[in-house]
Amino acid sequence: MAYTKRLDGRKFDEIRPIEAKAGVIPNADGSAYFKAGNTVAYAAVYGPRELFPKHLQNPKKGIIRCYYNMMPFSGSGERIRPGGNRRAQEISMVMTNALNPVVDLSAFPNTVVDIFVELPQTDAGTRCAAICAACIALADAGIPMKDMVSAVAVGQVDGAIVADLIYDEEAYPAIVSDIPVAILHNSKEVTLLQMDGEISKEDLIKAVEMAQKVSEKIYQVQKQALKDKFAREEM
Amino acid sequence: MSNLLVNERDVVIPGEALAEGMDFLPGDNTYRENEKIYSKVLGLVGVAGRVIRITPLSGPYVPRVGDKIIGRVIDITMTGWRVDTGTAYSAILNVKDATTRYIKKEEDLSKIISVGDYLVVKIINVTSQNLIDLTMKEPGLFKTVGGRVISVNNQKVPRVIGKQGSMINLIKSRTNCDITIGQNGVIWIRGTPENELIAVRAIKLVEEKSHYGGLTERMEKFLTENGAVASASVPEAVPAESTSDMLEEN
Repeated sequence: MAYTKRLDGRKFDEIRPIEAKAGVIPNADGSAYFKAGNTVAYAAVYGPRELFPKHLQNPKKGIIRCYYNMMPFSGSGERIRPGGNRRAQEISMVMTNALNPVVDLSAFPNTVVDIFVELPQTDAGTRCAAICAACIALADAGIPMKDMVSAVAVGQVDGAIVADLIYDEEAYPAIVSDIPVAILHNSKEVTLLQMDGEISKEDLIKAVEMAQKVSEKIYQVQKQALKDKFAREEM
Repeated sequence: MSNLLVNERDVVIPGEALAEGMDFLPGDNTYRENEKIYSKVLGLVGVAGRVIRITPLSGPYVPRVGDKIIGRVIDITMTGWRVDTGTAYSAILNVKDATTRYIKKEEDLSKIISVGDYLVVKIINVTSQNLIDLTMKEPGLFKTVGGRVISVNNQKVPRVIGKQGSMINLIKSRTNCDITIGQNGVIWIRGTPENELIAVRAIKLVEEKSHYGGLTERMEKFLTENGAVASASVPEAVPAESTSDMLEEN
């Protein structure tokens, strides 16, 4: 049994149709909407603002804090218990680590920038969508950043290397691996690399190379979302 | 061989390459890496000779010495007042910078300025850790009495003021309100309640449409439609706003 045709008819290196919009939440300092196929993420950025508890303050630079949350009704229909859980805590942490290398808060010591990401609808690749949305929202909030972060999941489904897996592919009854990767646009540095499942060394290298290629497409969408917000107003 | 990769007044995003080669210099909100200059914020490109700088389109207020701001008193300390500046950092107004009057040691500071008062103050010192010192002892700085306070995005302040204060003077004269604008985006308005409401709506309109051309004409129309007519008596002199870092009106 080999995986010769993808379940939703895409090419192996084809990502789901993506949409992005900046400035969707008026109350936030910066916000963004990011949709990849059936996965939808909303990100809101607040700050820099005073950081409490005080022992977390860094007198050299400001810090960022991410909150990742899947809404109770977001999945396949199984209701998730609302609120934090181990998984959300982990993803919040890896998101913070993925975004930390690009944000420069040295001008704002002792402060925090809070990033809230809510996912009203999910179909795999949520942490990648969350990172993409968070990055647009940070730029929209005017936070100094040296680069943009684009994230995508790649993986192996029954021997085939594929980009941007959907849930049905992750759950495919064979050997499957799911590798979310976050990549900086200019330096091509990898700021997130996790894996679920199993994959050979050669395939892993191929998969990460594929991620680098497709992340460029995501970057273009992120860039356009930010430019559109202001082009619209400039008329 | 050096060349510019973007045009003047283009919108650029963080990490976007602006120029390559060593002939250009990185200005505000940019950085150089491997012979290329990149943007650090979302903003508009400005080229002045060899220097490339970015004017941010959004972002937090960064306190600068000499800025006139409006803040709310949030606490009273041994030697002065703590003032909320609308940023992550609160500021200190010392007794000696608050008034020219002699204040006795045992005097109750809340009788002079109490918690919740809005002050029009000037920044006299900012440290590397963004600790801010204020003064209220210069002309045009005062404790507000009455009126209402609204807040706009600090990046829109130059548009609310307008070229040579054109926008704000128009709103002031047509609504008969005293209006004082802080560089932190806090605006104090005092007039009759009806006129205050018109002024608030006018300022919100500027904030919303700040990127459109012909804003002053649009404002003229808005004010006429809303019954704010030019009056003979110009409102009592409110000190001219700082015009140092105003943007050019398109």
